[in-house]
Amino acid sequence: MYTKDGEKFFIVDAHVALWDARPENQRNIHGKQFIDCFYDYHANLSPAEQKWPYEEYLYQGGERFMRDVFADDIVDHAIFQPAALTEFYKNGFGQTEEAWALTQAHPDKLTYNHNFDPRYGEAGLDQLRADAERFNLKGVKLYTAEWHGESRGWKLDDPWAYRYFELCRELGITNIHVHKGPTIRPLDRDAFDVADIDHVATDFTDLNFVVEHVGLPRLEDFCWIATQEPNVHGGLAVAMPFIHTRPRYFAQIIGELIYWIGEDRIQFSSDYALWTPKWLIEAFVDFQIPEDMTEYAPITMDQKRKILGLNAAKMYDIPVPAELQLPDANETETGPREPERADLAAV
Amino acid sequence: MSPRTAFAPRAVPGEAPPLLALTEESVLRALDAVIDPELDEPITDLGFVRSVRFTDDGLEVHLRLPTSFCAPNFAYLMASDAKDVLTALPEAGHVVVELDDHHDSAIINGGLAADAGYLGTFRHEAESDLDELRATFQRKAHTAAMERALTALLRARADIQEQDVASVVLGDLPDDAAKEALLRRRATLGLSVDDHDPVLVDDRGAPYPAASAALALRRARSTRISIDGNAHFCRGLLATRYPGSEADQVPRAEENFFPVSSLIRTTRRSVA
Repeated sequence: MYTKDGEKFFIVDAHVALWDARPENQRNIHGKQFIDCFYDYHANLSPAEQKWPYEEYLYQGGERFMRDVFADDIVDHAIFQPAALTEFYKNGFGQTEEAWALTQAHPDKLTYNHNFDPRYGEAGLDQLRADAERFNLKGVKLYTAEWHGESRGWKLDDPWAYRYFELCRELGITNIHVHKGPTIRPLDRDAFDVADIDHVATDFTDLNFVVEHVGLPRLEDFCWIATQEPNVHGGLAVAMPFIHTRPRYFAQIIGELIYWIGEDRIQFSSDYALWTPKWLIEAFVDFQIPEDMTEYAPITMDQKRKILGLNAAKMYDIPVPAELQLPDANETETGPREPERADLAAV
Repeated sequence: MSPRTAFAPRAVPGEAPPLLALTEESVLRALDAVIDPELDEPITDLGFVRSVRFTDDGLEVHLRLPTSFCAPNFAYLMASDAKDVLTALPEAGHVVVELDDHHDSAIINGGLAADAGYLGTFRHEAESDLDELRATFQRKAHTAAMERALTALLRARADIQEQDVASVVLGDLPDDAAKEALLRRRATLGLSVDDHDPVLVDDRGAPYPAASAALALRRARSTRISIDGNAHFCRGLLATRYPGSEADQVPRAEENFFPVSSLIRTTRRSVA
């Protein structure tokens, strides 16, 4: 729990990873390119005192993971969202066994989500059944830009993906975290297109679709889809650190999200080990929409509480002390939220 | 013979035609015409041109991008557009364009060298062409330019209220860079640029009813914020990836990035 000036916050970091990108685990040049890209994100968006040397960035291990994610007991619960990346890393990018062992050692602090790839067809469905049982899965992390043989991406509305979502429904895997990365097939279309979220959210209304990094770099398309689909949520992975480098841009992201999808469907994530949660949480609690951005209403403490933990806790049935719970906003399920609060719509 | 070469000095039979000397500067100015479709800016302003080198028989240009995993279709579009504009220079000779350090560098550079086109370059991953992709981002660029122009107008003219936005016509806009940018993007989409035409229109030029104008403007704003945000992030990442490259970048106007503030004249409601 985080406390600041008497205000208490129950914190869920909804997107963390235990990865291994060391050279001995890299399968090819793309393994290096991938972690180098992550490192540039880290280096570009981190405050100087939070920047790690490249070597430390390649692999953290369980001990350091626990120290970093749960530093000063600020984070109450964290959710693993592993990317497989088996075409880039020999033993995969996300370290399944190590993360699962940590989860078993700290069941009150950690939830393990696994992943699937519909291009494995029937065999993958069997694997998903086995994984659901082994990890007691409530959620999965899907990376649509994952390479697989000749294919360098898939879409959520591919027929095989639907078979997997039907199985998720059957197995009680209700929380589908989607990372829209570049490269989809065919390359003719926008590689970051989020339209498939629209289709799948409409066809599986009993599943939650948490779109990581709130659709960036297609924030506007994400907002437009999510405002119409009550089961589409926004994960703040990668968006959070803009709070340091570009606070006004961050304010716009948060302002747009609260306007289009409302305070109950936004989840905080550090995206560890891209960044560590502590400084992001501290910055977010202190954050306010700049006064001159009158097109957005100021963000409230309760909105921060929901974003920092209550929304994810609700989705994952993580117990929250009674005094820290909050009711849902009394808002429309679809369409812009309380538009009268934003001056722009006050016509 | 292209119209351009018609004006070149006449070649004497049996001798190589005299070449006009190209300079790095003139090459870069030619590359100004190549636009990053996603960010709606010239690749030269973004610092994406890594080097220009004159070779024995022509010219070799290297491009760089903010990450290895930038979308390969955009990467290809910019690289092939660069080759096209350089090849069109009569003095250029043999043109080589290469994209450095991208996960698809080998595929893209091979395709460019062979003039294989998009389909020939990406083969099974390509279906038809990139025209629709380009058009998608031309529409977004128009939407963002429209929002910028209207927001600036609302800021400057206290007599125009939100509900009036639907009735603002092009002739109401001041003759400034924002209007010029908007007209250019309307022309790209084939929309009219007549002074009597409404500013707030959809991708096909259809106006919005007054009742939905505020929402349309709001949605356009999210598009503009997204493009501006990406442009800043891409600049920053390029500078992180290639230290020193920031010197090659032309800063994006802050005015474009940040709204707006003064847009509003109503009182802000306090939130408990």
